Amino acid sequence: MKNLLEINHLTVKYGNNTAIWDLSLIIQEGIYVAILGPNGSGKSTLLKAILGLIQPTNGEIKIFGKSIKEIDPKLIGYVPQIKTLDKSFPALAIELVLSGLSKNWVFRTSKKDKIQALKILEQLNSIDIAYRHLSELSGGQLQKIYLARSLVRNPKILLLDEPATGVDFVCETNFNAILNEYAEQNKISILMVTHDWTSAYHHSTHILLMNNHLVYFGPKDNAFTDENIKNTFSHLAHKHKVTFTLKEQD
Amino acid sequence: MIELLTHKFIILAYIAIILVGFSASYFGVFVVQRRLSFLGNGLAHAAFGGVALGILLDTQPIYIAIPFTILISMIITYFKEKSTLSSDTLIGVFFSLAFALGIVFLSLKENYTTDAFAYLFGSILSINTEDITILGLMAIVTFLTFFKYWARWAYSTFDNELAIADRLPVRRDNYILSILISLIIVLSVKIIGVVLISSYLVLPAAIARLYSRTFFQMTIISIIVGISTGLISIILSVILDLPTSAVIIIFQSIVFLISITLKKN
Repeated sequence: MKNLLEINHLTVKYGNNTAIWDLSLIIQEGIYVAILGPNGSGKSTLLKAILGLIQPTNGEIKIFGKSIKEIDPKLIGYVPQIKTLDKSFPALAIELVLSGLSKNWVFRTSKKDKIQALKILEQLNSIDIAYRHLSELSGGQLQKIYLARSLVRNPKILLLDEPATGVDFVCETNFNAILNEYAEQNKISILMVTHDWTSAYHHSTHILLMNNHLVYFGPKDNAFTDENIKNTFSHLAHKHKVTFTLKEQD
Repeated sequence: MIELLTHKFIILAYIAIILVGFSASYFGVFVVQRRLSFLGNGLAHAAFGGVALGILLDTQPIYIAIPFTILISMIITYFKEKSTLSSDTLIGVFFSLAFALGIVFLSLKENYTTDAFAYLFGSILSINTEDITILGLMAIVTFLTFFKYWARWAYSTFDNELAIADRLPVRRDNYILSILISLIIVLSVKIIGVVLISSYLVLPAAIARLYSRTFFQMTIISIIVGISTGLISIILSVILDLPTSAVIIIFQSIVFLISITLKKN
């Protein structure tokens, strides 16, 4: 397997606050990583640094051996938290999907692009909402539109920031199933920030535990040791008592 | 009456309102969707400071007002990036400062009242061909931005982070948008007036938003509303013998109120 993403000694600070401290890891092609950690542990910051939205204070991030500025942004698909959507913006679902292809907000699009966008919506069982207004969509539908937007560009790596927030269990299960199937068929790597530990364990191949620094990164079966859980949820001031029970799902 | 409505100075007023209506309503969609209406209001008051300085220096006020307003707009944008203060606080501070400076500048000048009054409340019927030329240039620049910047501004208006992640030069684009919004405000001040120009930026776009399903539709409808309500208002103001800029804003507000009421039901 090839190295897809290399992070070397990444440190990100916001003023005096350290969001990520000296984090290094290598992510290979075709793996599904669930990123877990308490609130404010630097999970979203990590995704933003990979996207180039945040300038690292120290360290470097490379994708296919190149710096973020050098790669084609189409290599990365990004599904933001749906709560960030500005519902007052007048837009149709298909326009959002097309922005993934054009890397812009175009008012006219080629037939080829439109067919490609409709095809991906069909794959995600969302063709019926293609021409619906974004403000009319439910959380689950929006989540799929954002996913379609990121997949339409055939990315090599897919970053998802808590996609399940505000979405009910049925939609979430359905979403994860689609994601797994797509990733397997297209050999893409997934990095998903999530709070849902059970779902993370069930769907991912690897787990990344962080608490402003790297606690664990590796195969999911070795992830949830007492030591790792304690290190993920402890901070300098005092230790929290954490009990974690893992239930196997069907 | 027909003779009056086709008089040369009224014809110039029609042309001016088409040019201002086009540019202001085009930029208005970004002002509305980016929630910048208070910035529009602030910059209009900052423009007054520039106009007053121009009057004090005995030059064409607009030539001083343009750099003055752009400077205030850049200062607001700069401090917004550098400090944790919200933009409305910064706008509140700098627009009051610029306006206060304007009052001081005018107090230093003798016999200033008539000129200043025209800029505060607008005087579309006193514009000349030089004003039309400047407004025409502004409309051409506005039209040209459509091909390069509309899509980029629209994308970062929808979601700033997605646009940055796709490597659009969002920061530079935002500065260009701020400069052009400042320009259209300054150039419209003589016609619409400091007090009412920010409404011309907001109302056509707000009306258009109620009828649009896409951002492109919103842009087109806003331009149509901006130009048509402006033209109708000039005719109404001549017939009713009322100040044009006030009639424009009252007429647009009535259209807005009817639209929002109809849309609710």
